[in-house]
Amino acid sequence: MLQSHAPYPLPGDREAIIRVRGLEVAFGEKTIMKGLDLDVYRGEILGFVGASGQGKSVLTRTILGLVRKRAGTIEVFGEDLDDLSAGSRRAVERRWGVLFQQGALFSSLTVKQNVQVPMREHLKLSERLLDELARLKIEMVGLKPDAADKFPSELSGGMIKRASLARALALDPEILFLDEPTSGLDPIGAGDFDDLISTLQRTLGLTVFMVTHDLDSIHTVCDRVAALGEGHIIAAGSIDTMMASDHPWLRMYFNGKRARAVLQTGA
Amino acid sequence: MPSAPSPEPQAVLDHDGTGARVVLSGRWTADQAPGVEARMAEVADAVVGERLVLLDLARVERLDTLGAWVLDRTRHELGTRGLAADFVNARAEHRILLDEVAFRGFQESVPVRRSRAIDFLAEVGGTVVGAGRDLASGISFMGEFVAALLRVATKPARFRITSLVYHLEHIAFRGVPIIVLISFLVGCIVAQQGLFQLQRFGAAPFVVNLVGILVMRELAVLLTSIMVAGRSGSAFTAEIGSMRMREEIDALRVMGLDPVEVLIVPRILALVVALPLLSFLSAMAALAGGGVVAWLYGDISPDVYLARLRTSIGFNTFMVGFIKAPFMALVIGLIATMEGLAVQGSAESLGRHVTASVVKAIFMVIVLDGIFAMFFAAIRY
Repeated sequence: MLQSHAPYPLPGDREAIIRVRGLEVAFGEKTIMKGLDLDVYRGEILGFVGASGQGKSVLTRTILGLVRKRAGTIEVFGEDLDDLSAGSRRAVERRWGVLFQQGALFSSLTVKQNVQVPMREHLKLSERLLDELARLKIEMVGLKPDAADKFPSELSGGMIKRASLARALALDPEILFLDEPTSGLDPIGAGDFDDLISTLQRTLGLTVFMVTHDLDSIHTVCDRVAALGEGHIIAAGSIDTMMASDHPWLRMYFNGKRARAVLQTGA
Repeated sequence: MPSAPSPEPQAVLDHDGTGARVVLSGRWTADQAPGVEARMAEVADAVVGERLVLLDLARVERLDTLGAWVLDRTRHELGTRGLAADFVNARAEHRILLDEVAFRGFQESVPVRRSRAIDFLAEVGGTVVGAGRDLASGISFMGEFVAALLRVATKPARFRITSLVYHLEHIAFRGVPIIVLISFLVGCIVAQQGLFQLQRFGAAPFVVNLVGILVMRELAVLLTSIMVAGRSGSAFTAEIGSMRMREEIDALRVMGLDPVEVLIVPRILALVVALPLLSFLSAMAALAGGGVVAWLYGDISPDVYLARLRTSIGFNTFMVGFIKAPFMALVIGLIATMEGLAVQGSAESLGRHVTASVVKAIFMVIVLDGIFAMFFAAIRY
């Protein structure tokens, strides 16, 4: 079992790179979350779990500014996202990368062009460097060099995830949002992807916010786990704390049949 | 703070007995890309003649993949020129990054050089072959459609009446206002221009014949077909195309449902029913428009207008126009659905096929109209 990441100081001493307080999100009459507090600390891989339909993706999209919130504050890099001017907002957006669940690659661009989109928009790079960096990122995420000139429709599901990760890493972000990065991959592919994320996290000093259902991922790469239920965070902490929790859903999640199987084969 | 280190990447060269030492400082990151490249190019030029170059990273404030890449690339390039270059005093995290990006030559994707003349010929050939293939696949698609139609005819229970009604509503009923409005205006314009020209010969009353025959034989059907190709043909292509993109068509197929039967038969049948109806409304609207202009500009009262219409338009004039409508509908429907099924995975492909659907449908409608005109002239109908 991979436990390669360095030990971290206790949460109390650490810098919260994302700080969510009293978040309320509702669609029409239906309240999705209320009074939600969450901290993501610099340099950690946070696994974010919760039953389907509880709003994991909604929370991610709210932090990213794709869904409007009704109340509460979201601070990223110590800045309240509501107070930012358009320019500073762009500066914040440059510092995070997002891997969408379906990849969200631009279908009319090749993989290389997809990776170059954020670079062209935000950086002043020479054509040579643009080409080399895109190829470098494509290789870093474990794609073969010939994938660079392929279109998304010519890629398999696993390759789309990797290509999309390469695009998310294009600007060397400090925070990486991953929405179910291993869903739809075979167990070996998912394991490789977990290793990749953990390697990249160490190399680039990333903070990773990972929405996932994959118990293997949680056990192998996550430093900390937060669980969403009934519209707020029901528990957050190391995997051991989560497994010791009394909350019925968490007990089912971490001590169910599938979880035990993961533990037996993994530990 | 006056002594705050500048964010710009700096490289200071220092010679000693054994070789050059380059002390790097500042931020070697993507946002400083022009500076990063320029500094390293300067360093590469300045160390000419040295044997050993040490790149000292101790004072580098920040390093990211871009910085690491350019540094390692320079180290590699110096190596190919016979200079031994190495990094010293790199912090642990910088060292990991340098190892991770470790320079590798990417093979350049060299654009193949081609002659323009050959390119042009190839393009022409490709277009001709493409057009031939379009024709062949169009005919084969029509065969598939007819086969599905016959299957449905033998088992009427499989016919999707709900779908037909739904498409009739969208093609015919919701298309009425815009088609009536446009036809009315075109009727006005034709009558007005006809009046102005015919008045010079003192033949103003003949404007009624002009409008009546033109509208009945050609304009109503042509206008309606073009409007329907733009309005409904594009919608068919987009609907079927996006269903293909999300594998919905494949889902139908594996459930044992024939996509032609489920999606295409109801759409084309709805078009075949709707187009003659819309053409009729279009003709009435254009005649009304012509009548209004004839009354206002030519002092031809509505009674006279109607009476002259009755003498100038025979039943055959009406039939010439309306016999064409179902054929136009068939052509529009076949082209639109065929283009929809040809959509590939990307959003761009969808856009291209919707455009192709409308352009081809309008073109074919006009060609067909020309063929009908020659046919009716030949049989003197």
